[in-house]
Amino acid sequence: MKVVLRNPRRELEVPGPLSVVKLLGRLDLHRESVLVIRGDTLVPGDAMLADDDEIEIRPVISGGGVGA
Amino acid sequence: MKCTVCRGPAVIDLRRHNANFCADHLIRFCRDQVARAIADHAMVVPGDRVLVAVSGGKDSLALWDILIELGYQADGLTLGLGIGDYSDASTATAVAFARDRQLELRQVDLREDYDYDVPTAAAVTRRVPCSACGLSKRHLFDQAALEGGYDVVATGHNLDDEAAVLLGNVLHWQTEYLGRQAPVLPASPGFPRKVKPLVRLGERETAAYCVLRGIDYVVEECPMAAGNRHLRYKEALNALEAVSPGTKHAFYFGFLARAAERFEPETEEGKGALGPCDRCGAPTPVNRTVEGGDGGAASATHLCAFCRLLERVSGHEPIPVDLVRKGRVP
Repeated sequence: MKVVLRNPRRELEVPGPLSVVKLLGRLDLHRESVLVIRGDTLVPGDAMLADDDEIEIRPVISGGGVGA
Repeated sequence: MKCTVCRGPAVIDLRRHNANFCADHLIRFCRDQVARAIADHAMVVPGDRVLVAVSGGKDSLALWDILIELGYQADGLTLGLGIGDYSDASTATAVAFARDRQLELRQVDLREDYDYDVPTAAAVTRRVPCSACGLSKRHLFDQAALEGGYDVVATGHNLDDEAAVLLGNVLHWQTEYLGRQAPVLPASPGFPRKVKPLVRLGERETAAYCVLRGIDYVVEECPMAAGNRHLRYKEALNALEAVSPGTKHAFYFGFLARAAERFEPETEEGKGALGPCDRCGAPTPVNRTVEGGDGGAASATHLCAFCRLLERVSGHEPIPVDLVRKGRVP
């Protein structure tokens, strides 16, 4: 599957099928710090990702602490 | 995984709430949490005109969307900070959001309106960029709210933000700051009321809300915030949250319920007397004066922090972002 990562933006090819939890573990990413997006919706931790899926893993931590 | 509410397919699990939600119920959950924060802390009352501080990021756009959905009269204000492509994208995103929903968005551009930008201010004053940025935002949001007749300024600070600030203030025992770290700062002469309606939502929740509502927000991080202390505190709290879900909520709301008022006397002591800034009229500590004029013994002027910043940086040749990153100065 094609996996798009952000900040900085980069793309990876990861063989499927694979669960979201296993994909994040393989990439050493914490579940609480990212969203996994397929199409226009979110994918929960126990979902299976197919080999032909296109996935975005989007970080959610942001901020300078004084901003809007 | 099934939605805790309707038993339909879930799209997200929120461990700290021991709940899973489908798209519709995650959206409803976020709105309910904001409505509860507003009610619990008397943030906005019927008839109030709200000015939302809009950055183009997930939190401020989620906040604006939720306030409108909850029926509040909320306009936006976005600041052009001059942080290169990041600021251009942020402004464009905020403008597109407002245009698509036919909302009123006010705009201030630091370079066009005040002849400086955040990278230049940080470099010239040797402040860390977030400090120069925060000073500019606080002043300009206050000023816009008062001039525009708004009752309240709403910012997108979420639970992760507030818990990280609290951790920083506790680690350094900033007791004066602890006394005023509240979800509502009441109005006072020269200052509008300031509220943080997202304090019951984590940033994963506001990001999920935006994705599920189809809100296009700026995902990229501010290039000047990368690696700052605030982000390190967030990472530390997330490490604790991973092994003990609910830690951030317990830390922040436990502080509000059982500790915040103990620090209020120190905050009151630190306030001191205020008088109007000689230039813009903003309330300013009266014991602070700056020698004015041509370097002689001319009259001392009484300027607020923003006007002092302008004195130093307005008109200075722009300094590019990549020379100022992470608090480094050229």
